[in-house]
Amino acid sequence: MRITWRPAAAGPFVAAGLATVLLVASLVWGRDDEAGFLNGRQLRLMAPAGPGGGWDQTAREMQTALRTEAGRTEVYNVAGAGGTIGLSQFVRFEGDPTQLMVMGLVMVGAIESNDSPVALDRTTPLARLLTDYEVIVVPADSPVKDMAGLVAAMKDDLGKVSWAGGSAGGIEQILAGLVADAIGADPAGVNYVAHSGGGEALSTLLSGRATAGVSGVSELEGQIKAGTIRAIAVSSPQRLPSLPDVPTLKEQGVDVELANWRGVVAPPGITAEDERQLEDLLVGMTRTEAWRETLQRRGWLDATLTGAQFERYIADERRTVTDVLKKMGLA
Amino acid sequence: MGDLLSGFADALTPGNLLWAFIGVTIGTAVGVLPGIGPALTVALLLPVTFRLEPAAALIMFAGIYYGGMYGGSTTSILLNTPGESASVATALEGNKMARAGRGAAALATAALGSFVAGTIGTIALSVAAPVVADIAVNFGPPEYVALMAVAFVTVSALLGPSLLKGGASLVIGATIGLVGIDTQTGQARLAFGMPSLLDGIDVVIVVVALFALGETFAHLIAGTGDSRVEPLRGQPMLSRADFRRSWPAWLRGTALGFPIGSLPAGGADVPTFLSYSLEKRLSKHRDEFGHGAIEGVAGPEAANNAAAAGVLVPLLTIGLPTSATAAVILTAFQSYGLQPGPQLFSESGELVWALIASLYIGNVLLLVLNLPLARAWVRLLTIPAYGIYAGVLVFACLGAFAAGGTVADLIVLTVLGLIGLLMREAGVPVAPAVVGLILAPLAEQQLRRALALSEGDWSTLVSSPLTVVLWLVVLLALVAPPALAFARRRSTGRDKQSVG
Repeated sequence: MRITWRPAAAGPFVAAGLATVLLVASLVWGRDDEAGFLNGRQLRLMAPAGPGGGWDQTAREMQTALRTEAGRTEVYNVAGAGGTIGLSQFVRFEGDPTQLMVMGLVMVGAIESNDSPVALDRTTPLARLLTDYEVIVVPADSPVKDMAGLVAAMKDDLGKVSWAGGSAGGIEQILAGLVADAIGADPAGVNYVAHSGGGEALSTLLSGRATAGVSGVSELEGQIKAGTIRAIAVSSPQRLPSLPDVPTLKEQGVDVELANWRGVVAPPGITAEDERQLEDLLVGMTRTEAWRETLQRRGWLDATLTGAQFERYIADERRTVTDVLKKMGLA
Repeated sequence: MGDLLSGFADALTPGNLLWAFIGVTIGTAVGVLPGIGPALTVALLLPVTFRLEPAAALIMFAGIYYGGMYGGSTTSILLNTPGESASVATALEGNKMARAGRGAAALATAALGSFVAGTIGTIALSVAAPVVADIAVNFGPPEYVALMAVAFVTVSALLGPSLLKGGASLVIGATIGLVGIDTQTGQARLAFGMPSLLDGIDVVIVVVALFALGETFAHLIAGTGDSRVEPLRGQPMLSRADFRRSWPAWLRGTALGFPIGSLPAGGADVPTFLSYSLEKRLSKHRDEFGHGAIEGVAGPEAANNAAAAGVLVPLLTIGLPTSATAAVILTAFQSYGLQPGPQLFSESGELVWALIASLYIGNVLLLVLNLPLARAWVRLLTIPAYGIYAGVLVFACLGAFAAGGTVADLIVLTVLGLIGLLMREAGVPVAPAVVGLILAPLAEQQLRRALALSEGDWSTLVSSPLTVVLWLVVLLALVAPPALAFARRRSTGRDKQSVG
């Protein structure tokens, strides 16, 4: 039953060889000899959340806006736990200036509420880029028509009003807690149902099981304009240009304001020279036509802030958020 | 229909066909490697495509996407080494067939089944996407709980001959699935203070460890390094009888794969398990299951590829990316100025139709590429085991490293591989562990969400017509098999009496 070995074995080797050549070719292809301090290396940008969420969108818009200045940038997702899972992976890239991570207020809160062993002081903050605001939505066929209706329902039975949003301790849960606090209800009693990202929360809301949903304006804008969900309030100080018909929380008598800012950090231990050049790269990016067009299209507001000022800002935000979370019994 | 035709017109140029061919070749190649999935490949190639015409880029993505689904079956069948969770069910019967010298038939039914399912799935995508999306959107946490219950009761077919051992395997998998931060509370579970365990253990790593490493270690211990499998020669790849047994399984697999794949939290792995169980229940050759039944390959492979088409439904109709690959395709869309969301079809229909046309073309090319390759792949088995498994070990480690990127992943891989060896030595099947690993965390999260939304009221689980139907299926799945078996026993008993 023995068959000749050589011809029989040749096929797979040819196939394996072909596969290897193709893979190597595709890898070599993927590189680009860009000039500058990156020295031909590719920037890798981590979005520490699931696809479709705010960080993911920010990272992918940056990928487009950075194309002329830094060549091709790779974006990848590390989902879960308000970005702290991504953060704990990210700090392992110590000293590598080609690794960047999108982060923001949500991560500041998640570090506190998850009691994360890795905090933001382990990273090198580069720049705050933009702010997005939160929007409170209800299903299109919900009996709740406006914020007054939602407040009345919360005052009636706080537990009956369920909120679908992002990860536990994230900005959406903070907003729900702040709203409860502002109307005199117990923030710790809010019935908040966590999801790993805005997309997943949206699918729970669309199924009609949750009373309300909270997410970034940019994440829900398409759905709101299509009429699948109804926006009842935004968390900004003034009405937003992208949703001019949606009143603010303050307009409707709920004294809450919450900005969901996002920025970029580098790994710990990069040189001061690399830090300066990365900051220049990011500031340069915010000045491009492509980025301005992105902000306009997404309904984001420019909030560029770099260096020591950004570090101080993070420290301030950390204090504020910790305070709120303690009140809610989350930190 | 006119839209689809103009989509074909955009996609069917000689240049684009070349891109499609490159796409399916790369897709198949990476699908064969454990751990390196289509998402990673598309992400790697995405920057290259910025300079391509949108239609050319999309057609290449489509090729890679479907190609990856095809390639995954090859290693499952030949080496019992599934590269991803959706190929696990294929490995169960496929590898038994390969060992019995019927590897070519298994590969052929997988390739044809993938083609049939991929084509039907793509047709369903182009015709019924909005309708399917409407139903999928109604799936809230209670519906998912009921769906998971259906999955749990029907996968008993996967448990193997011993209910106790199969159950133990299921529990082992569920326990591995618990590792990591709990999404509802943000608390770490079974992480033992190790940061690398905080994000849980990647399903790919568990699958590769339990199957590939366990298999390799078992060969090492048994000292069967020189053994090789004799492929039967001079036989048609797919005999008439094989074909007759395969095609209903393809259709049933497609019917399971497409709808479940299009659910926002559905995925491609659940339908493959369901399909395997269904085929085992319905088969006239039930005694062949566990020794290489062709339906057990045809069904799950079709389910896998139909689900791949289904995953695109929520992406294209409501802008909801439900898999890593879908998210990457979304990025590609965005780089051409397309806005994901409910208006995608009405605003950017042209490119969407080009993508759908590309899926048809990619599917045909894959069949052209894979059917002849099946014979070549099977010769792989004539290499002695030590050669094959050395290669498997290298690719398993590479894949695990690619999935997580840390040494800790390799340690986890090795530890789980040893667990896989122990399970093998104890005669505990490893497939139920993968089922537990995938289903248990999903079921747990959805159950807790459902109860939080209803404030702890359990009646929420039967609060919609959909849930009631699904629970009835659960009941049927529990009651029907014993009742049927009883009826069959009685009738065969009577037959014997009349004969005797």
